[in-house]
Order: sequence, then C-alpha cells, then structure tokens
Amino acid sequence: MVRSHVLICGGTGCTSSGSVKILDAMNAEIAAKGLQDEIKVVGTGCFGLCALGPIMIVYPEGTFYSCVKVEDVPEIVEEHLLKGRPVERLVYHETKSEDPHHATSLSETAFYKKQKRVALRNCGVINPENIDEYIAMDGYAALGKVLTEMTPDDVIQTILDSGLRGRGGGGFPTGLKWKFASGNRGNVTKYVACNADEGDPGAFMDRSILEGDPHAVIEAMAIAAYAIGANEGYVYVRAEYPIAIHRLEVAIKQAREYGLLGKNIFGTGFDFDMFIRFGAGAFVCGEETALMTSIEGNRGEPRPRPPFPAVKGLFGQPTVLNNVETYANIPQIILNGVDWFKSMGTEKSKGTKVFALGGKITNTGLVEVPMGTTLREVIEEIGGGIPNGKTFKAAQTGGPSGGCIPASLIDTPIDYDNLIAIGSMMGSGGLIVMDEDTCMVDLARFFLDFTVDESCGKCTPCRVGTRRLLEILDKIIAGNGEMEDLDRLEELSNYIKSASLCGLGQTAPNPVLSTLRYFRDEYVAHIVDKKCPAGVCKSLLQYKIDPDKCKGCTLCARKCPVGAISGTVKNPHTIDTAKCIKCGACMDSCKFKAIYKE
Amino acid sequence: MKKNLTTVMFRGTKAQEEQLIAEIESLRGTPGAMMPILQKAQEIYGYLPIEVQRIIAEHTGASLEEVYGVSTFYSQFALNPKGEISIGVCLGTACYVKGSGDILDRIVEVLGLPAGSTTPDGKFSLEATRCIGACGLAPVITINNDVYGKLTKADVDGILAKYR
Repeated sequence: MVRSHVLICGGTGCTSSGSVKILDAMNAEIAAKGLQDEIKVVGTGCFGLCALGPIMIVYPEGTFYSCVKVEDVPEIVEEHLLKGRPVERLVYHETKSEDPHHATSLSETAFYKKQKRVALRNCGVINPENIDEYIAMDGYAALGKVLTEMTPDDVIQTILDSGLRGRGGGGFPTGLKWKFASGNRGNVTKYVACNADEGDPGAFMDRSILEGDPHAVIEAMAIAAYAIGANEGYVYVRAEYPIAIHRLEVAIKQAREYGLLGKNIFGTGFDFDMFIRFGAGAFVCGEETALMTSIEGNRGEPRPRPPFPAVKGLFGQPTVLNNVETYANIPQIILNGVDWFKSMGTEKSKGTKVFALGGKITNTGLVEVPMGTTLREVIEEIGGGIPNGKTFKAAQTGGPSGGCIPASLIDTPIDYDNLIAIGSMMGSGGLIVMDEDTCMVDLARFFLDFTVDESCGKCTPCRVGTRRLLEILDKIIAGNGEMEDLDRLEELSNYIKSASLCGLGQTAPNPVLSTLRYFRDEYVAHIVDKKCPAGVCKSLLQYKIDPDKCKGCTLCARKCPVGAISGTVKNPHTIDTAKCIKCGACMDSCKFKAIYKE
Repeated sequence: MKKNLTTVMFRGTKAQEEQLIAEIESLRGTPGAMMPILQKAQEIYGYLPIEVQRIIAEHTGASLEEVYGVSTFYSQFALNPKGEISIGVCLGTACYVKGSGDILDRIVEVLGLPAGSTTPDGKFSLEATRCIGACGLAPVITINNDVYGKLTKADVDGILAKYR
C-alpha cells in the first residue's frame, strides 16, 4: 500500500538545475530505507514555478519543497517520510502553516490563486511517461466520445461554438480552420499537423505541455483527424527540446500499444497514426506554410497564401495545422462542453492562455490564466512583482513579432483584440518583464538583430528592409542618430509590414513601432542628448569616478586593460574617457562603489 | 542564417560513411526525408562538412546545391565541428534582458574565440544559441551537457577555468 507520493518536477527548468539527480537519489534513499513499497516517486511535468526549482511535492500532505538539492534528499527521507516532520527550511514560504500536517494548499498561494489550469491541467500532476496516469485523468475519453457518439460535423460545430482561437499567436478560430479542411472526406488524402516549433525566444509553453502532458496532444490530433477526415498526423517539434521529444516518442509508442493510435481505433474503423519531425532551428518554420515546406524536406521558406493549407497544405494536400496549446484545450472542450469553456474569458477570447513569465520578475515560470486577466494581476500578484526594488517599465509579448506594453497600460485585460489595439499581440505566450535597467532602443535592436538573422531571404521587403531597420537602430545606439531617422524607421516599418510575404516580415517591425510609440523619449535621448537613460548602450556611456568615494587604492588603475585610469595612491583617481573602452572592469573591481556610469 | 565555413580538416572514416549510407537507404521512399537524413548525418559525424553533403547528394539523387541549401538554412546544422568542450550562451529574450550579452562578451574575451566558431585544435567551440527554454534560470550558458544558470559576468572566469 502506497502511503506517500513524492512528485519531482522533470520540466526543462528543473532538469537544468539537477532534478534528475534528485529523483535518482530519492529512489536510492527510499530503497536503502526499505520504503519502496510504501512511497512512490513520480517524475512529472512542469509545476510552473520555475524560479524556485528544483521543485518537489510530497502527498498526501501537499508539502511544497523548493530549491531542493541532492544533499537534501536524505534529510527529507529521514525526517519527513520516516518521521513525518516536514523539512521546514525547504518549504516554500507561501505554503508554510501552523499545522505541520496540513500545509497551506498550493491553490491558495499568490502564484496559483488566480490561475486556471486547462491546457496545463495535467502538468506537474501525472507522470507523462505513463499512459495509465493520463487515462486515469479522463485521458482518451474525449476521443472515445467523439468516435462513438459524434459525427465529424458535430465535432467541428462544437469547436466552432466554443470560440476557441489559435494559441500560436494569430488567434484564428480553430473550428473555422477545421471546417475549411473538412470537405470531401474519404476521397482525398488529408493531414493534421501540430506546430511545436516554438521559436519565440523566452517562450516555453508548448514545450512544457509536451513534456508534462504529451498524450493530450496526441488525443487532440486524433480528434482533429476524425473531424476533417485525415489518417496521418505530423508533429513538427524543435530539436532543441530533447526532453519534450523523448516524452512524445514514449507517448506515441504507448498509444500505439494500447490501440489508441493505428488501425480501427476503439473498434470504430477509424485509422490514425502520427509521426514526429524535428525542426533544425529556423524561426520562420513557425509560420504555417514554411513549416510544411520544411516537413517536405526543403529549405523552410514560406509560400504565398492563398491557397491556404486547408486547401493545399502538406505534400499539396488539405491540412489542418494547430499549435500545441490549442490542441491541449480540445479534449477538455469535448468532455466538459462548450458552455464550460465559454464561461472563461472575454467576449471574443474564450478560455485561458498560458504565459511564460520571464525577465525581471520574481516568479519566473509558467502560468495559465483566464483571458481577460489584467497584466497587473499577472505581473504583480502571480508574478510576485519586480525583484530588487526596481520599478516596472514594460512587458513584452509576442516576441520578435510583438510589442511592448508600457506601465501606463498595465491594467489592460489581456485578450487577443486588446493586445492588438495597443500595438502588441498575444503571440504564443512569451511575456518578458522589463524594469528601468532595460533600454527600449536596445531591446528593439535585439529583436531586429534576431529577425535579420532569421529572415529566410525569399522576399525583399523582409530580407533587405529589416537589415536597413537594424542599421538605423545601430546608428542611433552608436550616438550618430538624427531626428529624421525616427521618421525613416516609421516609414520603412510600414512598407515592410504591408509588403512582406509571410507573418515573419509582416510583424518584424512591431518591436520598433511599439517602442517608438511608447518610449519615443528614449529614442530622442539617444539622438539629441547622446545619452542612454537606462545605462545600457555602451557608446553613449561614460564611466566616472566619484572623488568623494574614491579612496585611491589604485586597484581600478591596475585592472584597466588600456591604462585609462590615472591617479596617485590615496588620492581620487580619474578616467580618461578618450582612452576608455567601457569594459566595466574598473567598476567590477572597485570595493568602494566609487565608479558609476552615466 | 550566416554560417562560418570550417577550417578543420575532415576526418571521416569508412565506417561512418557506411553507416550514413545505411541510414539513407532506410529512409528511401519516406516523404521529405532530406531533413531526417541530414540530422542522422550530423549524429554520425558531429557536423556536416561539404564531404558529407557530397555523400548525401550522391546517394539521394539530390544535387549538392539542394543539400547545401538545406544544410545552410537551418541553424542546427553545423558546418563546423563542435569542440571537445562546446559552449552555448543563450541569447533568448529572457536571458538577454538579464545580461547574457555581457556574459557572451566575457567568454569571447577569455577564450579569444568569436561566437560561432571552433578553436583550430578542436578544443573549444562557442555558440550564441537561441532560447533553450530554461528561462527560469536566466541568464544561462551550457557547457557540453551541463547547464549553468543565474549567472553574472563575474562567474564566467571561474566556470571556464574548470574546463581548461
């Protein structure tokens, strides 16, 4: 009889900080104490609170341990699992309570309280490498219901009625996409495909779903295949996600063994099987037509639409392509019904959205909130605010295709249409928080540098236009900008947006336009005052020594690689700004914090 | 994606070539096999020098231009062999706003090796990578299979010293 379950996070964040070793150590320690029949150790998907990883939860108490180290394992086994005394120093402070046997429930902590887990519902709950655990959570029940009780048109109507929109960023109604591909069932070869090429830097929603609940995606793809009349599916996943790939491979194998993939599923005569294809690191392959070109074995260049993939997609056949998170919602909608799904969200954006919180925020990690939650709730309550006493400056959504949301708009309810109205976009769900130390001109440059590198080169507005944008930004950052450059940036951005072939080019200027819209003063400071207010752009910085704080220890002068610092012992030193290469070595070495930059 | 061509001599063996040809044969008839073939080839050789691309072209019937076109399009296909010690610095947005640019600069300075290349002795290689998804640990670098997170510029020298 198992009396305790130890759940250890096996998401990429926690794995990177050593959770696999902790899992092995835990199993070894439990075996050494002869507890293997009483205590079960489970490696799960992501719990979401990556900032505090590696994370371990012990049930039935629900004790939430954070920042666990391998060395802590014997103590947890000895004290908690043998003697029933939780190891207080490792307990997440928000869950500490008076009663040692009943920790404050996780769902009451600030991080989880406002979250609503639909797409992530099994992440951190089940062992993703065990199909039985998924089935125990109603897994494959939706597929069973669809195959035995619903016609393909019923399925499409349900998804249409639910109002589900694509979670990959575009927000196109999923049901409509399926409907367009549904004609001529049985007479035409069709495909379903899953976009797991999560290229937006700083976003890891799809990866966490594949790592934590891969069967949900398999089940949903089978449902989509039934709805449109396809028998084959492809998942296009980033090769950079080895854990996600491994778990998906395991899941597909198990589903085949259980007859949930393959011929005659549930004895209904429906055949469906699926295959994994690895991306090879090309951002443009997140664009649907480029993704399909890549699966076909070519350079991943987009093609003009129409024809849309629903008419002519993979291998020239009608294809439905949805994102991982979109798929993860499907079984829940089938099982719980349209009304349940529509009860969450705003008028035009139903359901929930997963965000990857990153950057200058206390609780970096993965959160899922109902649409319509404000940015303030996500950042200040769930995210725990900005660390180190700094102030919130802006949040960036939508990655290289999106824009930034300034502090003045922090009360905007997040949904597809609101974000577009304020010049950003939902994107796939990356949400990077920035504080006063982030230079918005440098940030725009960072994204443009990315798009220039990732532009596939097929169409001129994107290939050449983004490079020209980058050059203008470089000029401004180097201190050589002129006010006319701002008009040039805007004009060129609008040309690129309207003339590019695919989504990459059409959205590439967004980081420039949105920073210009909300942080024009920073551009002006770079151009007119030749200053970088955030102290980031090196060409515009000057390192200086505060004569009141300098003790004349000479350390900085000895550290300076170019001999730009002069002064005599016990007298304040000075920096020759003409010689200074702004490496910052002096500032790092100063014990009296006498060196500053402005 | 801009790629630096390699200066390291090709040292492929007959056994590797036979293994690659066997992989090509097993994928014959699979639609869109070029990417999986290149991925297999990279597993076998560690990278995709022109010599390997030529073998692939010969045995798939594709032209060398096509093979080269696909190999250079994707950033994961390496034209340079990875070093014995392969360093990746994540330049995803979360890492970037937390200072991974400075960390990369420091590594470049310490190793005297520009990003995207390998030392001629094959010991170190350095890459500025796309987001590796460990955003909770930003800024992050990877050295072979080890992940170092929550770094500052000051940590760099100590970490590199372990590998020299």
